[in-house]
Amino acid sequence: MNKVENNRAWFLVLPVLLLVAFSAVIPLMTVVNYSIQDILDPHTRFFVGDEWFREMLRDSQLQSALGRQLIFSFSVLAIQIPLGIAIALCMPTRGIWVAISLVLVALPLLVPWNVVGTIWQLFARGDIGLLGVTLNSIGIEYNYTRGSTAAWFTVLAMDVWHWTSLVVLLCYSGLRAIPDAYYQAARIDGASRIAVFRYIQLPRLAGVLTIAVLLRFMDSFMIYAEPFVLTGGGPGSSTTFLSQHLATMAIAQFDVSRAAAFSLIYFLIILAISWVFYTIITRATKD
Amino acid sequence: MAKITLDNLAHSYFPEPKGEEDYALKQLDHVWNDGEAYALLGASGCGKSTLLNIISGLLVPSRGRILFNDKDVTEQDTVARNIAQVFQFPVVYDTMTVGANLAFPLRNRRMEPAYVARRVQKIASMIGMEDMLERKARGLTADAKQKISLGRGMVREDVNAILFDEPLTVIDPHMKWELRTQLKALHNEFGHTMIYVTHDQTEALTFADKVVVMHDGKVVQLGTPEELFDTPEHTFVGYFIGSPGMNLIDADVSGDKAICAGHEVTLGGRYKPMSGRVQIGIRPEFVSITSQDQGLPVTVKRVEDVGRHQILRAEFEGRQINAILPEGLPIPAAPIRMKFAPERISVYVNDWRVAPDEVTATPSKEVVL
Repeated sequence: MNKVENNRAWFLVLPVLLLVAFSAVIPLMTVVNYSIQDILDPHTRFFVGDEWFREMLRDSQLQSALGRQLIFSFSVLAIQIPLGIAIALCMPTRGIWVAISLVLVALPLLVPWNVVGTIWQLFARGDIGLLGVTLNSIGIEYNYTRGSTAAWFTVLAMDVWHWTSLVVLLCYSGLRAIPDAYYQAARIDGASRIAVFRYIQLPRLAGVLTIAVLLRFMDSFMIYAEPFVLTGGGPGSSTTFLSQHLATMAIAQFDVSRAAAFSLIYFLIILAISWVFYTIITRATKD
Repeated sequence: MAKITLDNLAHSYFPEPKGEEDYALKQLDHVWNDGEAYALLGASGCGKSTLLNIISGLLVPSRGRILFNDKDVTEQDTVARNIAQVFQFPVVYDTMTVGANLAFPLRNRRMEPAYVARRVQKIASMIGMEDMLERKARGLTADAKQKISLGRGMVREDVNAILFDEPLTVIDPHMKWELRTQLKALHNEFGHTMIYVTHDQTEALTFADKVVVMHDGKVVQLGTPEELFDTPEHTFVGYFIGSPGMNLIDADVSGDKAICAGHEVTLGGRYKPMSGRVQIGIRPEFVSITSQDQGLPVTVKRVEDVGRHQILRAEFEGRQINAILPEGLPIPAAPIRMKFAPERISVYVNDWRVAPDEVTATPSKEVVL
């Protein structure tokens, strides 16, 4: 067959290219632009190369915020993924309770971030909040505005309350997609409940779990509004996560160049860790 | 290995069935003899799979009892009943190797590792997958997966029965034949009670000693392949078994004569007067054509040459009548007449066969299948 070389079809990609340019590339390039210059006022700027990046990577505040962030995100995953699977397994599969339990489970997802923060701020208060008063009355000293451990666990509990539902819903849909024949075959084969979970349910949840892990990791790594409202990053800097650190730098201190370099680093960290997760999970399910 | 008795069994998927039509399985009393191979034949949706799931314990019947060797097992679960079942679509445990898949039912029952290994090896050679035992089951073709499912069904030696629910649907024709032969060999060797659900009559007739035909939630006939062919007890059996199926013509029967739309047909026996919808049934194999002035006048619609014989599709009073004729027999295009072998005609009242009071013609023993 005679093939005519003709690459004009590439022009068809142009609209998408323009769209992506305006929505992603140009804003991102602005950030890159800030990150490699020192801007003193609108007319005075110096090219500084990678200086801001070096400085940011050496910044001890950033390093400790990153450490807190990693511990937080991995705690979130370690709690929410198993808890989400467990709840999804317990949910009813037929009858009127399906709709009721789905709505109940989905409710926390409908509450806006800052409202969640406010709810928990009141809920956890030692003088009037249900959680705070209860904990104090059974003899556990609890004050999330003073104790950094208490603050950290409150933020974690709040995130679990807010987002486990997402994992539950994803797992529930994954479980519903398993044909009945698998369960029937397992019963014929005399498989135990654990074997059914290990060999039928878990392998078939791999797809939705990949999505759940990635979404939960990315979201928790970028958490901002809830701890900002609940603790304001305190006490001290015990619940100051990366995004809040960044916001303080960019908005409160108006240090846009440092903030730009930092946000690029932040972006690359998320990208890298997500890629690692994705690769590990898809590898594990492949063979 | 066990004799399986169905006692007054019925099942409905509705929690509170109102009428007969709510039942997927209607009144069923039946005994599956120990060690026999049965085929359960019927159209899709006639209740075959429901019945199978009730026998294996995956479903609890709405009414009636199931007995294994005269012991009531209605309330027992699948594990306690010790039944193997193979499903229509392959079920494999993706994350396990082929070998682990085959060993799974044995390991769940905590069998000796040495015994497990031996059985797995044996089954693997039976399904032709010995060289694949170490491979992960994920990514195998549908028929390889179904072979694993079959293997898992056969790996236990002590089962009470093995149930097959249209197991060869996804297998290619050559392999189908080979696996069927091996199932048959397995049956001869171990003598398990086997029930094989299918809607393919060839499969049913070649696999089984006895064929159970189900229609609309009921067992309409149980018999050997010959019985089903020669004396269908229900018009459904006549129509479902054979290719093409039995011809059915509305008629008025009196004595040894049937009148079909004014034309007389001689029957092979004398019948009592009957009421209801009366039909005569004749298999296309026993229809011949004639140019003489006897039999039913028909219009020829189509002739299909299928090699060994030709199928004549004709019309009588708006109803199709088929005849299987010898290869090469010239068929005139002009209106012709069809003659039926009297001893091969069955009479049906409201779809059920009526035996003659007195037989006047006996069929020759030769069966043309």
